Amino acid sequence: MRRFLASTVAASALALMLGMASAMADDAIDPNAKQGGAITITYKDDVATLDPAIGYDWQNWSMIKSLFDGLMDYEPGTTKLKPDLAESYEISPDGKTFTFKLRHGVKFHNGREMTANDVKYSLDRVTNPKTQSPGAGFFGSIKGYDEVAAGKANSLSGVTAVDPYTIKFELTRPDATFLHVMAINFSHVVPKEEVEKYGADFGKHPVGTGAFKLAEWTLGQRIVFERNPDYWHKGLPHLDKITFEIGQEPIVALLRLQKGEIDVPGDGIPPAKFQEVMNDPEQKARVVVGGQLHTGYITMNTTMPPFDNVKVRQAVNMAINKDRIVQMINNRAVPANQPLPPSMPGYDKAFKGYPYDVAKAKALLAEAGHPDGFETQLFAMNTDPNPRIAQAIQQDLAAIGIKASIQSLAQANVIAAGGDKSGAPMIWSGGMAWIADFPDPSNFYGPILGCAGAVPGGWNWAWYCNKDLDAKAAEADSVVDPAKSADREKMWSAIYDKIMEDAPWAPVFNEQRFTLKSARMGGADNLYVDPVHIPINYDNVYVKDVQ
Amino acid sequence: MIAYLGRRLIQSLLILLGVSLITFALLYLLPADPVRQIAGRSATPDTVENIRRQLGLDQPFIVQYWHYLTRLLSGDLGRSYIQRSEVTELIVSRLPASLLLMVGAILCELAIGLTMGLIAAVKRGTSTDQTLMVASFVGVSAPQFVVGLLLLYVFAVRLGWFPIGGYGSWRHLVLPSLTMGILGAGWYARMMRSSMIDVLRQDYMRTARAKGLARGAILFRHALPNAILPVVAMIGIDIGVFMGGIVVVESVFGWPGIGQLAWQAIQRVDIPIIMGVTLVSAFAIVLGNLLADIIAPFIDPRIKLR
Repeated sequence: MRRFLASTVAASALALMLGMASAMADDAIDPNAKQGGAITITYKDDVATLDPAIGYDWQNWSMIKSLFDGLMDYEPGTTKLKPDLAESYEISPDGKTFTFKLRHGVKFHNGREMTANDVKYSLDRVTNPKTQSPGAGFFGSIKGYDEVAAGKANSLSGVTAVDPYTIKFELTRPDATFLHVMAINFSHVVPKEEVEKYGADFGKHPVGTGAFKLAEWTLGQRIVFERNPDYWHKGLPHLDKITFEIGQEPIVALLRLQKGEIDVPGDGIPPAKFQEVMNDPEQKARVVVGGQLHTGYITMNTTMPPFDNVKVRQAVNMAINKDRIVQMINNRAVPANQPLPPSMPGYDKAFKGYPYDVAKAKALLAEAGHPDGFETQLFAMNTDPNPRIAQAIQQDLAAIGIKASIQSLAQANVIAAGGDKSGAPMIWSGGMAWIADFPDPSNFYGPILGCAGAVPGGWNWAWYCNKDLDAKAAEADSVVDPAKSADREKMWSAIYDKIMEDAPWAPVFNEQRFTLKSARMGGADNLYVDPVHIPINYDNVYVKDVQ
Repeated sequence: MIAYLGRRLIQSLLILLGVSLITFALLYLLPADPVRQIAGRSATPDTVENIRRQLGLDQPFIVQYWHYLTRLLSGDLGRSYIQRSEVTELIVSRLPASLLLMVGAILCELAIGLTMGLIAAVKRGTSTDQTLMVASFVGVSAPQFVVGLLLLYVFAVRLGWFPIGGYGSWRHLVLPSLTMGILGAGWYARMMRSSMIDVLRQDYMRTARAKGLARGAILFRHALPNAILPVVAMIGIDIGVFMGGIVVVESVFGWPGIGQLAWQAIQRVDIPIIMGVTLVSAFAIVLGNLLADIIAPFIDPRIKLR
């Protein structure tokens, strides 16, 4: 499955000033950074596309960010929003109109200046059903979206290029997440003439305004980025060249890193080698650890007996020994007690969740009318470590009398079973679990716990639909006033606390990120676990062995 | 001969048609929805249905298959769902790498297999023979990803003779060819051994020996050419075995061929690519068998085409 935007330290859109936000001073550029040099990154899988309207997997997500820019971005290594192609922006008091002033003199890689018309074109393109963008749904709050999505209009009526350097967005409802939406890749700006020139192959011939431009793409072998000398952000990027070598098994990539042939294995440390790397002080010193906006969970289909009984679901929550599962994956995660990961705004630190208590779990099962347990099925993805984790869950469930048979299937098949109302009683989410697209608590609700996701083919595999919570979620997202951002987070905390009372999920753990790099790589640690750039922030890192 | 060829050609076309139908049907029956994969998690049901319509996936099976087939006849394999590129372009860009690997593998298996078989036959019944036959058994049975990783570890990581995976020079080619070749070498060693033993038993061999010919001359001038023919005729059939092997070997060595493409496509339910690679592989196997049949009577006149 596609992996999405992850984040550690979260800052909500609302942390920014309502009203006129002036352009921030250019982010301080690392004074120690050296200019020049080339690095090599490896990946196992082919890079599918470099089209920002289409790319949605974790290796092309960060690559696209280096080729293109959006109106908004995040401070390097953090989730703090900042204007990017926009110089400043203004939000109307009702939270329904966003006006952005664009930077002057920003040029596409083909030499043409980027203007407000390009921003409008890019959004019309991404929402047009013909583009088949997996990100079109993010723009649902823009006026005119429904007409475009239905194929009745070619252009979003709510987006207006006021003048070449001013773009105005009118929304159908106040949207507290809109600035994040202007920072995700799907809203990045593309030049119309190049899109029309290459048509469906634009993703292989990307032209943006970003820090790097595409120099070479040999299908299945190699992608080379070279420095954009005309990049509007003076002093960036530091590197002259990045070579992505494709088709390298993680274990082979690790061997090559140890021989000094590459700089970062894009797929991370292979699980089988994790202990070996961490036990070697020299290698361990080159590992950077960071959080992720990820939660791994067990879903229980709330429409299928016996999981339609809340007591059964609570019993499952108490039966799972999360510490043991975390140990099984070499402590590459921390135990979870609620849907939101700890670094997400709205995470309830005071919430203790369900304790691991086999006796109490058995008692709850008996109360629910299953003193001897029952038989059920647990679906899981068939790649390591998920079958092992599923077996641990199976043993924990057996301890309270629930006999779960494991259905270990390919990812697409598990996703299909989850999206079928009578498809899967229980699913272990590993390998398909939710990673937030942007650092806002609302992103963990709608598609996976809200009524909108509890539809055939949806992602709400627990088929949990609480109309009251849906109303509360809409209410929370309409709070655009920054003075009330703490209140909004509290509203979201309350929503997730209520969800845990109903227990459609048993949250199991939050994954951590471990990035291994070569000794010559320089730059702050947070660039190597950058929440929005996986594996690393290509624009801001540098190498130490050049002068 | 021409009648035979015509019959075989029609057979081959029917086989390809059958392969396309079966693969298409299996992918159709797969309980995974490619449209959902394309549309992503944030898509509304309307968007999903829109994409389904655009791709023609809302049509009944037989209509979808018919559309695929008519496009196929004009050489169009469609566009990848995930990469959005022409499948033909993706396959063509990777085919040379797979063919190169196959040539390397054939050279390896012949060089190793025939030598082993020859020695084993000559030293029949000795410990050398037994050792070689055990080795060939191990070669045939060892999983290719294990052999591949082992070769990588010893010859690339420890000894540093070859690069650790990748593509580009003859040095990159050695280890993956060897990995694929070892499997075939086991078979060839066994075939060569029995074929050679057969030949050595023949009357004309006794005659040669009776004439007082040197041992080397008997083996290399009289026995080897006769023993090698039936073995070499098997190469065409090997292509089928290789088509299975490249999926594993190309992944281990980061070899940018169609095996790797297929493996990635399977994981992402990228149906047009899976179909394309399957058809190209089937075509290669059919062609290989056909060539093997046609060539056989030329190198071994005892075989006649009927």
